[in-house]
Amino acid sequence: MRRGVRDAAPILIGIAPFGLVAGAAAIDAGLTPLQAVGLSVVVFAGASQLAAIDLLGSNAELLVVLVTGLVINLRMVMYSASIAPHFRPLRTWWKSLCSYVLTDQAYALSIARYTDRDLDSTERRDYYLGVAVSLWVVWQCCTVLGIVVGARVPDSWGLEFAVPLVFLSLLVPAVTTRPKLVAAVVGGSVAVAGDVFGVPFNLGLIAGGLAGVVAGVIADERLATASRDTDDGGAH
Amino acid sequence: MPTDYGPLSVWGVVVALGLATFGIRASFIYLFGRIDDVPERVTGALRFVPPAVFAALAVPSFVAPGGAVAVVGNERLFAGIVAGAVAWYVDDVFATIFAGMAALWLLRFGL
Repeated sequence: MRRGVRDAAPILIGIAPFGLVAGAAAIDAGLTPLQAVGLSVVVFAGASQLAAIDLLGSNAELLVVLVTGLVINLRMVMYSASIAPHFRPLRTWWKSLCSYVLTDQAYALSIARYTDRDLDSTERRDYYLGVAVSLWVVWQCCTVLGIVVGARVPDSWGLEFAVPLVFLSLLVPAVTTRPKLVAAVVGGSVAVAGDVFGVPFNLGLIAGGLAGVVAGVIADERLATASRDTDDGGAH
Repeated sequence: MPTDYGPLSVWGVVVALGLATFGIRASFIYLFGRIDDVPERVTGALRFVPPAVFAALAVPSFVAPGGAVAVVGNERLFAGIVAGAVAWYVDDVFATIFAGMAALWLLRFGL
């Protein structure tokens, strides 16, 4: 658990400005402080919160607010599927808690840590909760701080840039084989294309993740077939 | 841009979005508990989720921070390359973030 908290520390710096903005923007959009805190506690997913705040502020249809938020959060289906085998031995109550606090960052750090096969399921759970719960606490505190003081952190500091830097520092060691490199290149390229062509609702991210996984599987099968062919042929 | 929606509508969105988001998060975590064996093809594919998703999350912020691919004058791309090099050689999250932020600030404030 302690290691999880320690590993989460740099990410906390990255989500802090995001949380401040989530609090300040909610007030700006006409939500009450209680509603702003409620959004952060009940939903606890930054990008979808900001989208919902923005759409509520511009009086969009409630169904549009809801669907937009959901589509942004759809990527977490992939995290849920990816991390589920590690949570399999846990009791229902722990599964519920782990589900509630699942985020990009908690998933990313934990799945990187789980490559250590010596960890038992309790150690895995505790590491995950160490990361996820410290993110939760900082997120709620920053939302409240954002509500109270507003977004006065100078934009020029670009503190939000710490978030992609965290993903980069996890991406580099995750690329251990050639099929994984293919998955990363395709995933990154499709996500960039999604942004450049203005694909709405963060669908570029979801499409990038899916395309990357499919490309990785195909590359993996191609490589396996190629090596089997050379083995069977015996010509070398 | 204050909202015209009343408290009932706002709380409705908060609760509905919260419940549905929990459903998304819990989907496979609950489902896998009821399946005896995770199919090999699924675990095989899931190995590629981290590199694919990390890249999809990270790369656009460096390559196209303003929504269009930019190389010249793109301080985030430069900072990302510096941070990527540090991640490659040092493999430490703190060092990577520090290198990336320092590179960004150097370009913004130091030059």
